[in-house]
Amino acid sequence: MNPSLFSPEGLAGVIFLILICVTMIGAIIATCTKRLIRSVSGLAVCFVGVAGLYYFLNSPFVAMMELLIYVGAVCVTIAFAIMLAEPDEARLARKLSGLSGGLAAICGGAVSFALGYAAVNGHWMAPAAQVNDGSLKMIGQSLLTKYSMVFELISIVLLVAIIGSVALARAGRRGN
Amino acid sequence: MLTLSTQLNTYLVIGAILFGFGIFGLVRRPSLIGMLIAVELVLSGASINFMAFNRFLAPDPTVGQIITLFIMAIAAAEAAISLSIVIAVYRNYKSIEVEDLVELKG
Repeated sequence: MNPSLFSPEGLAGVIFLILICVTMIGAIIATCTKRLIRSVSGLAVCFVGVAGLYYFLNSPFVAMMELLIYVGAVCVTIAFAIMLAEPDEARLARKLSGLSGGLAAICGGAVSFALGYAAVNGHWMAPAAQVNDGSLKMIGQSLLTKYSMVFELISIVLLVAIIGSVALARAGRRGN
Repeated sequence: MLTLSTQLNTYLVIGAILFGFGIFGLVRRPSLIGMLIAVELVLSGASINFMAFNRFLAPDPTVGQIITLFIMAIAAAEAAISLSIVIAVYRNYKSIEVEDLVELKG
C-alpha cells in the first residue's frame, strides 16, 4: 500500500505534503501578521498551495484559474487598496492584544474542529458510475449548454460589480 | 503518509482548517481589509470542499469545477465592490477600522 519514496507515487505524495504545508503557512501568515501587506502576501502563498491541491484533484484548468484570478487579480487589487487606505499600524497593534485574540482562536478552532469531525466521521457514498471524465472539453460543453443561463448571469453580476465599484469610488470623491 | 492525496478526508480536513482560519481572522482583524482577506480564506475553504466532493463522490465531475469557477467569479466581484466601499469609507472617515465606523445616519 505504501509506495517507496522514490517511486512516482511517492514523489507525488511528497509534493502533496509540501503543498499542504504551503497552504497552511500561507493561511497562518494571512491571519496572524500585524501589517496588512504581509497578510496579503500570505494570502497569495496560500492560494498557490490551494491551486496545487486543485491540480491533485484532477482539474488543472481550475488550478490555472485559481492562479490567474486569485493570485493575479484579487491579491493585487487588495494590495492596491492597502496602498490607498493605509491603516494606522500603531493603533492596530495596540488593539490586537487582549481578549479578541483568544476569542477569535476559540471561534475559529471550534468551527474548524466541528467541520473536520463531521467530515472524518461522515459516511460518504461512492457514486455508482461517472458519466464523463470531467475534462476541459466537458466543462466547456456544460458551460454552454446546461449552465448557459448561470454563465450569462455571472457576466451580468461582474458587469454590475464593475459599474458599482466605479460609481462608489466616484461618490466618495464628490463628497470630499 | 504518502497516499494522502487519494483520500477524501484529507481535502475535507484541509478545507475545514482553512475555513477555521478564515473565521479566526474575521473575528480578530480590526480593519476592513483584514476582514476581507479572511473572507477570501473562507471562500477558498468552501471551494476545496466542492472540488474534493466533485473528484471523489460526484457522478458528473464537471459540476464541482463549474461551481468553483462561479465561486471565483463571485469572489472577484465581491473583492472589487468591497474594496471600493473601503476606499469610499476611508475618504469620509480617514480610517478603515471597524471601531471608528459607528456613526449612523438615517
